[in-house]
Amino acid sequence: MQTPAPVDYAKATSVADALTRLGEFGEEARVIAGGYSLLPMMKLRLAYPEALVDINDIPELVGIRVEGDEIVVGAMTRHRDVLDSAVLAEHYAIFREAERVIADPVVRARGTIGGSLCQADPASDMSAVGSALKGTAVVQGASGRRSVPLREFHQGPYETVVGPGELLLEIRYPIRPGAGSAYEKVERRAGDWGVCTSGVYVVVSGGVVTDCGIGLAAVNAPHYSSPAAEAALIGKAPTEENLAAAATAASDECEPSADQRGPVDYKRHLARELTLRALRRASAASQGV
Amino acid sequence: MQVTVTVNGVDHTRDVEPRTLLVHLIRDDLLLRGTHWGCDTSNCGACTVWVDGDPVKSCTFLAVQADGKQVRTVEGLEQGGELDPVQQGFMQCHGLQCGYCTPGMMMVARHLLDHNPHPSEAEIREGISGNLCRCTGYKNIVESIQWAAENPATSEVTA
Repeated sequence: MQTPAPVDYAKATSVADALTRLGEFGEEARVIAGGYSLLPMMKLRLAYPEALVDINDIPELVGIRVEGDEIVVGAMTRHRDVLDSAVLAEHYAIFREAERVIADPVVRARGTIGGSLCQADPASDMSAVGSALKGTAVVQGASGRRSVPLREFHQGPYETVVGPGELLLEIRYPIRPGAGSAYEKVERRAGDWGVCTSGVYVVVSGGVVTDCGIGLAAVNAPHYSSPAAEAALIGKAPTEENLAAAATAASDECEPSADQRGPVDYKRHLARELTLRALRRASAASQGV
Repeated sequence: MQVTVTVNGVDHTRDVEPRTLLVHLIRDDLLLRGTHWGCDTSNCGACTVWVDGDPVKSCTFLAVQADGKQVRTVEGLEQGGELDPVQQGFMQCHGLQCGYCTPGMMMVARHLLDHNPHPSEAEIREGISGNLCRCTGYKNIVESIQWAAENPATSEVTA
């Protein structure tokens, strides 16, 4: 039987209340969102927070809306609602394609996009998506609010820039007219973390790639992204040869380690193949094919 | 901490440690043993119950989080002495062998049918993909849910 260690608990009713509670509990307090990562870690005694601040009943943290040229997703928006969002699907197919293969319907009904980003699992699908789309995290602390590019949000496995007493409020994704996007994942069984995943967006204009973003999870890509692959593709025609060169650059740039999900060469192979598949589909979508 | 949880329509007020998991409150304190405690890691889904109308794996949910909320367990499927169509389907189609996964399977099945009364086989298989049957009796479980879809109760039943 697995039980968490003794812990204090408070249910926050607003963002202001959550920040107050975090301040009162101090540095060893943790925010609990959906809980499907934090509670298993607490049960295994891999995490020992002294207190939990529950942010599940804060309506202001939930929702998906368009604001100017950005899509804003509240941190406590559930995976299920990201999956079902018509607004996100209209602009970026990558969200639905990634969400369909995250865990299972029961977990998606509870787990949140903000929780995924803050957990910062190296295989986090939503972190790869966020890095691919070059989104921005909005973080609130007692002394104010700051915006952090998602490519600077993660500081390492299970580590983010969100400090003690701070809360991730929302994530902002730039809208890019004409962009195509796609997500590819290989997992060992339904609902598992990926052995490797790759998510991309591509904007093709005048026969060349004018803008793109490439994100990868589970293969130790820098900030879940591949700037080298992006640089290799910008200004080039989206031919099979050029897409393959970018995919190879992504594979070369990641630093996977061998574990129970597979050896290094297999993961590098997947990084190239999945990036290539995603680039093919995203560039075709951008060209209306 | 003192919590009041409404389980299958009945209010229960208890003093619980914050670290107490909902599955243990339900089974060990409220003595509702229909909810099964399985893998303890949120993988198997045997402990699935509803909280405010949504399925949760109750081994990965704190009892204090259910304070003030409506919980529905497998015991709450039956209404007025009538088995839910999902329960009847599992009887009709031999949807259980050892029975361990059954309460979780039935709770996700009821939730699926409430939101999608005529699911395809693929939608049913996706719907139960967070629930493991170690007897691997998925074929009959899918048929049980199809039976329930084809034989809905005359009056709508929800928590």
